Amino acid sequence: MFQFIFRRLSLVIPTFIGITLLTFTLIRLIPGDPIEVMAGERGVSAERHAELSAQLGFDQPLYVQYFHYVTGVLQGDLGNSLITREPVMKEFLTLFPATIELAVCAAIFAILIGLPAGIFAAVKRGTVIDHSVMTFSLTGYSMPIFWWALLLMLVFSVNLGWTPVSGRIDVVYWIDDVTGFMLIDSLLSGEEGAFSSAVSHLILPSIVLGTIPMAVIARMTRSSMLEVLSEDYIRTARAKGIAPWRVIVIHALRNALIPVITVIGLQVGILLSGAILTETVFAWPGIGKWLIESIGRRDYPVVQGGILIVACIIIVVNLLVDITYGIVNPRIRHSR
Amino acid sequence: MTTSTKTSTTDAPLTAPVPMTPMQEFWHYFSSNKGAVAGLVVIAIICFMAVFANFVAPHSPSDQYRDALLLPPAWLEGGNWSFVLGTDDVGRDILSRLIYGSRLSIAVGIVAVTASLVMGILLGLIAGYFKGVIDTAIMRIVDIMLAMPSLLLAIAIVAILGPSIVNAALAISIVSLPHYVRLTRAATMAEMSRDYVTSSRVIGASPLRLMFICILPNCLAPLIVQATLGFSSAILDMAALGFLGLGAQPPTPEWGSMLADALQFVQRAWWVVTFPGLMILITVLAFNLMGDGLRDALDPKLKQ
Amino acid sequence: MKKGLAKLTLALMAAGAIGTSAHAASTLVYCSEGSPEGFNPAFYTAGTTFDATSKNMFNRLVEFKLGTTETEPGLATSYDVSSDGLEYTFHLRKGVKFHSSKDFKPTRDFNADDVIFTFDRQGNKENPYHTVSGGSYEYFTGMGMDTLIKKIEKIDDYTVKFVLTKPEAPFIANLAMDFASIFSKEQADAYMKAGTPEKLDIDPVGTGPFQKVQYQKDSLIRYTAFKDYWKGKAKIDRLVFSITPDASVRYAKLKAGECDVMPYPNPADLKQMEADPNINLMSQEGLNVGYLAFNTQKKPFTDVRVRQALSLATDKSAIIDAVFQGAGKAAKNPIPPTMWSYNKNVVDYAYDPVKAKKLLAEAGYPDGFSTNIWAMPVQRPYNPNARRMAEIMQEDWSKIGVKAEIVSYEWGEYLNRSKKGEHDTVLLGWTGDNGDPDNFLYVLLGCDAVGGSNRAQWCNEEFNNLLLKAKQTSDKAERTKDYEEAQVVFKREAPWITIAHSVVYEPIRKEVKGYKIDPLGGHYFYNVSK
Repeated sequence: MFQFIFRRLSLVIPTFIGITLLTFTLIRLIPGDPIEVMAGERGVSAERHAELSAQLGFDQPLYVQYFHYVTGVLQGDLGNSLITREPVMKEFLTLFPATIELAVCAAIFAILIGLPAGIFAAVKRGTVIDHSVMTFSLTGYSMPIFWWALLLMLVFSVNLGWTPVSGRIDVVYWIDDVTGFMLIDSLLSGEEGAFSSAVSHLILPSIVLGTIPMAVIARMTRSSMLEVLSEDYIRTARAKGIAPWRVIVIHALRNALIPVITVIGLQVGILLSGAILTETVFAWPGIGKWLIESIGRRDYPVVQGGILIVACIIIVVNLLVDITYGIVNPRIRHSR
Repeated sequence: MTTSTKTSTTDAPLTAPVPMTPMQEFWHYFSSNKGAVAGLVVIAIICFMAVFANFVAPHSPSDQYRDALLLPPAWLEGGNWSFVLGTDDVGRDILSRLIYGSRLSIAVGIVAVTASLVMGILLGLIAGYFKGVIDTAIMRIVDIMLAMPSLLLAIAIVAILGPSIVNAALAISIVSLPHYVRLTRAATMAEMSRDYVTSSRVIGASPLRLMFICILPNCLAPLIVQATLGFSSAILDMAALGFLGLGAQPPTPEWGSMLADALQFVQRAWWVVTFPGLMILITVLAFNLMGDGLRDALDPKLKQ
Repeated sequence: MKKGLAKLTLALMAAGAIGTSAHAASTLVYCSEGSPEGFNPAFYTAGTTFDATSKNMFNRLVEFKLGTTETEPGLATSYDVSSDGLEYTFHLRKGVKFHSSKDFKPTRDFNADDVIFTFDRQGNKENPYHTVSGGSYEYFTGMGMDTLIKKIEKIDDYTVKFVLTKPEAPFIANLAMDFASIFSKEQADAYMKAGTPEKLDIDPVGTGPFQKVQYQKDSLIRYTAFKDYWKGKAKIDRLVFSITPDASVRYAKLKAGECDVMPYPNPADLKQMEADPNINLMSQEGLNVGYLAFNTQKKPFTDVRVRQALSLATDKSAIIDAVFQGAGKAAKNPIPPTMWSYNKNVVDYAYDPVKAKKLLAEAGYPDGFSTNIWAMPVQRPYNPNARRMAEIMQEDWSKIGVKAEIVSYEWGEYLNRSKKGEHDTVLLGWTGDNGDPDNFLYVLLGCDAVGGSNRAQWCNEEFNNLLLKAKQTSDKAERTKDYEEAQVVFKREAPWITIAHSVVYEPIRKEVKGYKIDPLGGHYFYNVSK
């Protein structure tokens, strides 16, 4: 067991080094001059330009810059943003709760709708219900989510006025930043109505971000359920006269869920990719929007630090999924 | 007697059916999936529009009708039947732009999928065939790429190369590379242990021959399915890049950038935003439906 | 499934609606277009940052009178200028209080030490605060204040004397700019003592009408009205900046009542805004200019006839219609018409391709030539869509045989390369900082700026001498005459095609009273009530 985990962990180290190298090179290959962008039309003189680039360390040879970067990373220091001059780590930590909150709500939406839909389709295999669930989920899977976001916003926020247009909470509530999670902070504040306002701001973004994972979960659940339902022990259980819902929920679902959980774990990458677009449309103050804007402003430390953290999160989640899977399914542990 | 022999000959096919050729078998399974056939039909229509855009489209995609700005679709009040889906902010016919846009989307799909297919197969074959250090190196790179959100990686690549439709296609093909590499590698590894490979090797077949003539054809089925699905994600990614302003540059009628350009009119003219999005959805859905059908038809495990 | 979801949505919305109605305190919500880069305005050059800081949190020695580009007394009640124009003595206002924050409570009122600290920090490399938080003071150095100010003397607690190295007429206007916002020396000392000097730039206290309560990055900034403000407490109790980068989302929020004031609407939405009974669409001519600069050091633009010909060949009215959607005004001078010394009598090059073709032939290019037009990759008030503008000019120029290729670079590259003069012609523009003509003419067209912000790389002795003369006298009538003459020289020599001055639109909710558009592009909320 430990050997398996150890083997998995040892694979992570070269990946990590590779990612630091990749982010570092990528960002330096992007043409553009952060100093000029900062100065705008006013511009800076050539001397001032040289002075500033020396201050920011751009005049050193690349390998020296990389060395500084990696030693910084190992000490948990990702440098300071060129624009705000604040540590990248600090900015990340202030924005990350918003993304987590959105991603978790999206995942909950995806599971709440996707799982029952998948089970339902499998049980009613071949019927109209099955076909419509599958068409519905494939449509969700094919959705250009930026367009979906706009459409929902236009219909529900602008025309019907049911949900707020953007933001995390109505501005009349002055909520202290305790945890950074608006749902929790609004509850802690004790202000009447603050929590429901925070919830209503989350509805559309969560639906948008959860659409693709929902579709994936529904499809996965269906096929996994179908496989399990055809197994002998289910037939035996049925033959024993156990109530059909009991067979499905207690006997089949438990086993069918293993691959589904894996799939849910693998959705983290998709959620983070989707967060970039969703946050852009809904002006959601999370890391997706932060990274996109930083690329536009050529804020090198933010981009390379931000991508690094996001990549690490995905690696860790994949690792956890792998290990859980290994624990649940001994066959995988021993192969390879 | 004679009559009985006659009946027996006519009965013969029933009792001992002629085995179907692989192609027939494939079509049998594929056509039984209604969704897949629908997908195929839609794709055929879109391809037709793309190829014959000059004849199908009522207007040129770049002609600006200065006296018909932001006209609503024809069936609405104020609409005009010569602009069926309405016009955009500078008076260009939306339908014609959508039709010409299908050209770009299909082209980008083909370029991106072919590029990543070729690179992915090469890397996957090499990794699976040689194993050892080469395999480890390739797979680590694949791991690194998979650890980044693909859209972010694509954005970074486009930022380096400069925003244009070709660069966006290139970025998409690089980003989707890992899937092809993994698939090919896994299939190669599985085939390598088969007897026929061992025997060809004993005869003295060169590695190149082994890789391309013996092994590759046997891994094609999953690759074809992946390529079809890759088409749909290429179109989606292209639209996302266009939406973020990193794809095709105006006035190119690419669907994603049409949507992004029209964004500021969203509250005044819903049609400029709705139709390009719908077009993306339909095309992507069609490819996904067909991919599903292909998977069912090609995957022996599911043929029951 | 779907029905259930809709029900849930409705229920939550109902709950939300009940919650919101309970609060009706006078909160003004401003949907700002971006996040501030930081909270020390001296570091930055972006208007977004100034709105969040200097315009509402701080004061300066002299300030712009709201809605104009004229200066009025701020923290200084008056000033004297010595006869040689080298010494400025400021008499400071008494009883001005600083805000207090979580970890700093001021013990004294504003005085001369604060003024000296504010400027010494930016100009004196020995000042312990000079290098804190990166220490680049772009406006201070950009305006040449580091070489202009020789020393600053404290005469007594409420009198400060600035000694300059040369007479500089725009000096007072410069002091009304954002970088000159007065910081508290007491707070700076306290943080320095505590070993956390960088906190001064994150949580500074000012003397302005609003004090910052909380900043949620990329989301919200919250302020409360400062009750001890020296002009009296603001009419609203709370001010919120709701950061909303997308203009259509901003408009949606304004319609839904989620914000009260929004900047930079889409030109496309203006008509609808005008018709909306809940919205008051305010507008004012902006203090800006969008232009195309010829590289006058490159052939064929060294020849004034070529520059004139292309000026004649450009149809500005098509640009105003298509690019500005009517929200702009054709420009004939490099300074906007609202600025003093604007020369009304200058005659612009009227659109005349035939005459243009003739001039071009005289210059030796009867069949035209090939060149390029650089188009900016970003949107600016003075040029909302540079690419489309370039397309129109390309079309116009092709009629006289000039084939132009449209070129674009990433914004930083664009600025840098055009500074070095790699372009043939380049689209750019300028928004005024302080309402002084010198801030347009000398900054953009002076000989000193060649290789810098003078994108035409144009150094004309006659023009430059007029500007230098105007800089050294503080007699406004005399300066006006010089600038008017300079504009005539400019038009004759045509180093630019002056394209347009944009009109600034700001939709506000009907309930909002007393809001005024600032010609310098800032957003002030002190006088607003709701």
